[in-house]
Amino acid sequence: MTEQLDAGMVAEQIADADALSSPRRGGELGRGRRRKEDAKLLTGQTNWTDNIVLPGLLHMSVLRSPMAHAKILSVDVSGALEMPGVIAAYSGADLAEVQGSLPCAWPVTPDMVHPDHHPLAVDEVRYVGDGVAVVVARDRYASADALEAIVVEYDELPVVLDMESAISDGTPLVHEDKGTNTCFVWPFAGGEDYDATKAKADVVVKRRFRQQRLLPAAMEPRAVVVAPIAAADDYTVYSATQIPHILRVMLALVTGIPEHRIRVIAPDVGGGFGSKLNVYAEEVLALVVAKKLGRPVKWTESRSEGFQATIHGRDQIQDVEICATQDGKVLGLKVDLLADMGAYLQLVTPGVPILGAFMFPAIYKMDAYSFTCTGVFTNKTPTDAYRGAGRPEATYAIERIMDELAHELGRDPMDLRRQNWIKHEEFPFETVCGLTYDSGNYEAATEKAEAMFGMAALRAEQKARRESRDPIQLGIGISTFTEMCGLAPSRVLGSLSYGAGGWEAAQIRMLPTGKVEVVSGATPHGQGHHTSWSQIVADALGVPFEDVECVTGDTDSSPKGMDTYGSRSLVVGGVAIHRAAAKVIEKARRVAAHLLEAAEGDVEFRSGTFSVKGSPEAKTTIQEVALATFAAHNLPEGMEPTIDADCVYDPENFSFPHGTHLCAVEVDTETGFTKIRKYVCVDDVGKVVNPVIVEGQVHGGLTQGIAQALYEEAIHDAAGNLVTGTMADYLLPTAADLPHFDTGRTETASTTNPLGVKGVGEAGTIASTPAVINAVVDALRPFGVNNIDMPATPERVWRLVQSGGSR
Amino acid sequence: MTRVSMNVDGVVYEDEVESRTLLIHHLRERLGRVGTPIGCDTSNCGACTVLISGESVKSCSVFAVQADGEQITTIQGLADGQGVNGEAVGQWHPVQRAFQQHHGLQCGYCTPGMVLAAVDLLARNASPTEDEVRHGLEGNLCRCTGYQNIVKAVLSAASELRGEGPLPGSFQDSADLTGVGA
Amino acid sequence: MIPAQFDYVAPGTVADAVAALIDGGEDAKVLAGGQSLIPVLRLRLSYPSLLVDLRKIDELRGVREDGAELVIGAMTRHADVISDPLVRQHAALLAEAAATVADPAVRHRGTFGGSLAHADPAGDLPAVAVALGAQLVAEGPGGRRSIAAADFFQDYLQTALAPDEVLVEVRLPKLQGRWGVAYEKFSRTAQAWAIVGVAAAVRRDNGAIAEARIGLTNMGSTPVRAGAVEAALAGASAEAGTIAEAAAHAADGTHAPSDLSGGSDYREHLARVLTRRAVTTAAGL
Repeated sequence: MTEQLDAGMVAEQIADADALSSPRRGGELGRGRRRKEDAKLLTGQTNWTDNIVLPGLLHMSVLRSPMAHAKILSVDVSGALEMPGVIAAYSGADLAEVQGSLPCAWPVTPDMVHPDHHPLAVDEVRYVGDGVAVVVARDRYASADALEAIVVEYDELPVVLDMESAISDGTPLVHEDKGTNTCFVWPFAGGEDYDATKAKADVVVKRRFRQQRLLPAAMEPRAVVVAPIAAADDYTVYSATQIPHILRVMLALVTGIPEHRIRVIAPDVGGGFGSKLNVYAEEVLALVVAKKLGRPVKWTESRSEGFQATIHGRDQIQDVEICATQDGKVLGLKVDLLADMGAYLQLVTPGVPILGAFMFPAIYKMDAYSFTCTGVFTNKTPTDAYRGAGRPEATYAIERIMDELAHELGRDPMDLRRQNWIKHEEFPFETVCGLTYDSGNYEAATEKAEAMFGMAALRAEQKARRESRDPIQLGIGISTFTEMCGLAPSRVLGSLSYGAGGWEAAQIRMLPTGKVEVVSGATPHGQGHHTSWSQIVADALGVPFEDVECVTGDTDSSPKGMDTYGSRSLVVGGVAIHRAAAKVIEKARRVAAHLLEAAEGDVEFRSGTFSVKGSPEAKTTIQEVALATFAAHNLPEGMEPTIDADCVYDPENFSFPHGTHLCAVEVDTETGFTKIRKYVCVDDVGKVVNPVIVEGQVHGGLTQGIAQALYEEAIHDAAGNLVTGTMADYLLPTAADLPHFDTGRTETASTTNPLGVKGVGEAGTIASTPAVINAVVDALRPFGVNNIDMPATPERVWRLVQSGGSR
Repeated sequence: MTRVSMNVDGVVYEDEVESRTLLIHHLRERLGRVGTPIGCDTSNCGACTVLISGESVKSCSVFAVQADGEQITTIQGLADGQGVNGEAVGQWHPVQRAFQQHHGLQCGYCTPGMVLAAVDLLARNASPTEDEVRHGLEGNLCRCTGYQNIVKAVLSAASELRGEGPLPGSFQDSADLTGVGA
Repeated sequence: MIPAQFDYVAPGTVADAVAALIDGGEDAKVLAGGQSLIPVLRLRLSYPSLLVDLRKIDELRGVREDGAELVIGAMTRHADVISDPLVRQHAALLAEAAATVADPAVRHRGTFGGSLAHADPAGDLPAVAVALGAQLVAEGPGGRRSIAAADFFQDYLQTALAPDEVLVEVRLPKLQGRWGVAYEKFSRTAQAWAIVGVAAAVRRDNGAIAEARIGLTNMGSTPVRAGAVEAALAGASAEAGTIAEAAAHAADGTHAPSDLSGGSDYREHLARVLTRRAVTTAAGL
């Protein structure tokens, strides 16, 4: 069953959102609750990591390599130590015994090349920005000044930046001792033999797509504060991180400080998009330096520093081949991928393209699928997860090649998709990759999107502009995407060699006064988790939304968790909370039966109240039960006080949001400038807890995907310098560059979790990039264009128009 | 060191500062006014936007010595009352209210600057079009929202400030949304 | 990031500012609005020993008329230039171009004189100054002198100002007659620098183009005037075809840079397209 909704329409229904009437108990799911998070954010009372000040706080600065590859001959920090306010300065050699090596938790193959990755380089630097030394001073300014007094002698080594040359013979090696720039080769196949299938095909279309390197650029730069209690060997680490729980384990493993002596707190965190899903050099350095000095240490990156020192995203070369029959049936898909690791492996660097491997076939039925990924080292900042992590790349490739196949066959691109996609009645469906898509309704989302878009009129306008050779050409792009999220079933992660599970922990604590504390191991950084989770709990327990408080981001108060990434905080974290609530109710039901002197089977629970079947007067609220179990004067025989409950939930499957995105662009063929004229998307993210939050996630996701298509690219010069090294050069879109988005929804419930939810954090980013580029290519077809590298800059477009499509 | 005096959110502070001290660092590190964050080195992001004599400026691109004698409003001084919470929503500036009602923020890092840029924009143009709002905010980057709800919030605040009442809010706290979920 | 240390003075008169510059020697720099300088200092791309802040010199602010000239104080902020009625009346091209500089917050601090003295060829206002034939008045130890805009911009970030000179005002000849203006700025995002910009002022007379003044942004190491286009347009009929033919000469004699934002051939092409569009708009077509 698919319900059709329109978030915009929902907003229109609202009369006076300011008037807080008494909250209705229950019925919270699907309601556009105002966010609990906003008050402090809107009044400047947010606790960003850089806001933290502790007595005796010292500031750490990192001296970074200006060379992409060089031997370190010497590091002399003595000049820095003579500067005013400087407390200490260390080279990599000084910290060699204590700094350890940064972790990679995803050894994708048994023979993966996994070089040491010291927080400060000791013998050799391998990218511009690699840390070489640290200074610790009494304030930020003194610390910055002292960096300039450190003298480093380098012996420059040859640089390798391009993936294809990196894996050719005789090329310079990023890690000489490893004897190769190939990190791993990861083959995968599904269905029938690809070559045999291809032999039966009438049409074969090949393209090379480049996923340019991106900078995640969360608005809050990274920061870390470490507060040691040296006498007790006890450390509190505040970090702008998505993963306090994983970070705690990893800091213990890297530094040897016992895990139970480390407390990690993620205070308010200003966006992450994957860039804060990591264990960074500066977190380790602040910890070991604070330990050495016995004083609190803070490090905050500047933006231009972060552009070098925080992970980059994407950076793949995709050779994609699709084969089909003359009447349009897709037979097989072959993908040969080069994935740039950068100079080292960060937490999940090698796993990112592997996550994408399963999504190239997307929503289409086919007989054969062949995939190979080669991970490649280059002298650049390491890559890692950036919003979508592997899945945007895959979705781009399949949605682009489907358009190319349609063009080759002379077919309407939507018709071709419709012919090949999994029909609504075919769910659950096992794909050629072996994934089981539990539910979906591509027909409904597409039908709705086409109606919102006004496809016929736009096609007519396109035809007219082509015929009149209008310098402004219109292009229409389609993306009928799906993705896999809600990371993830632990056994699947294990089979993919990931180092940990994908469960999430939750605890619900009923306070004596009837208020509720919800503890989750997922860690918010802007998504509105506390609001959505409060709605789930209010709905389940029948307590007022306002009475629910969420506790997150601190390994002391939320001790178990797998943190936030992969659109998992509702699908896994929210379901864990929901199940914990169910446990609370079941325990409370026993207490209620005892108090009401009824058989447990006769006690019903509705909207926060237990009542006895047939005796409407006999009832008690869950808050009264909570107080009774707190007092514990009169509990059923053998029952422990409190009705609190824990749940650790391990999902049985991924979830598979999907949707249809339609984009119309106007391309000025004289200047090459692309303007998005209309953007319509209908997303199906399953059941929705808070439609306004969901819509906001879609807007932000769309923007990041559009930014990849049109604006953003991390560019290095021949020496390996990041030339887009500041926000003046790396172009993030502004409000003035973006269109109004027309968003809609269909709801096809997930069948693999009780809430029916699917996750929305990454969907917009995954879907939008190919929609935009398909539109640009569509506009330029009359000029012989059948591909364009991203971002589709005005200059690239102009050159394609000039050259008749050859790149 | 130079002696500077400035009025920040209604309080006059006198301090000795280094000539190179950026206003944003003076506010954050000397005065403890940490409500205004820093997002870049190049004055592109606008996260550090404050009002000087009612006009938006990027406090990362002003030296504290240049702000001597000035009247500065940060996000912390925009609301009528301090210590505001959900119940005290009536004390907020209409732009702050509108940002909440229209979900104009997610992580909130750009929000102080975005709100103050919007306050400045509406002081100069009481009835902006959507396009004027989008261009008026071009100096403030947001990585979460895609700007759409920010634009909506600013248009709503404009309407409220004109005395025409806010636009219908995106969030619905009082009525049930039938047909969805449960 | 954080600037390196420097000394700071904020004199109350131009004479004192000049004296301070002389005292400060070669590494002294003038601080106007700071919107270009402060980011440069934060990135430690420059290490001045002394900043001479002009903010307390009231006479450097404001717009006034002086016969056939409009006189704009060097410290007049972009925001004030844009809204100034005299500028809108006599130098509308400047108001239009200034409104495209950076963003509103930067325009509240950044100054007209600062933009010119910074002499970034990607800046929007130098091309306007060149197109309008501005005279830039500098004061040094020997008094005041006037420098034609065409001579003022010498190279990338290099001007004719001596190290001990302060730019005090900019004198623009008032546009007399029926002038139309347009600034075509081409950038990848709203807050990005211009890849190419074209500032055009066109005087119409009896259906013909009597006179055109065209300045090009980012088509060389200095702002340049599109002389060949101006010559082709002088006296030409105000028609699309004529304008297009004239605009085809927009890149003649330029030395456009090749960089991240575009190759020189692309810039040359853009200059032609944008010149055609700017002139068309300015001519009221």
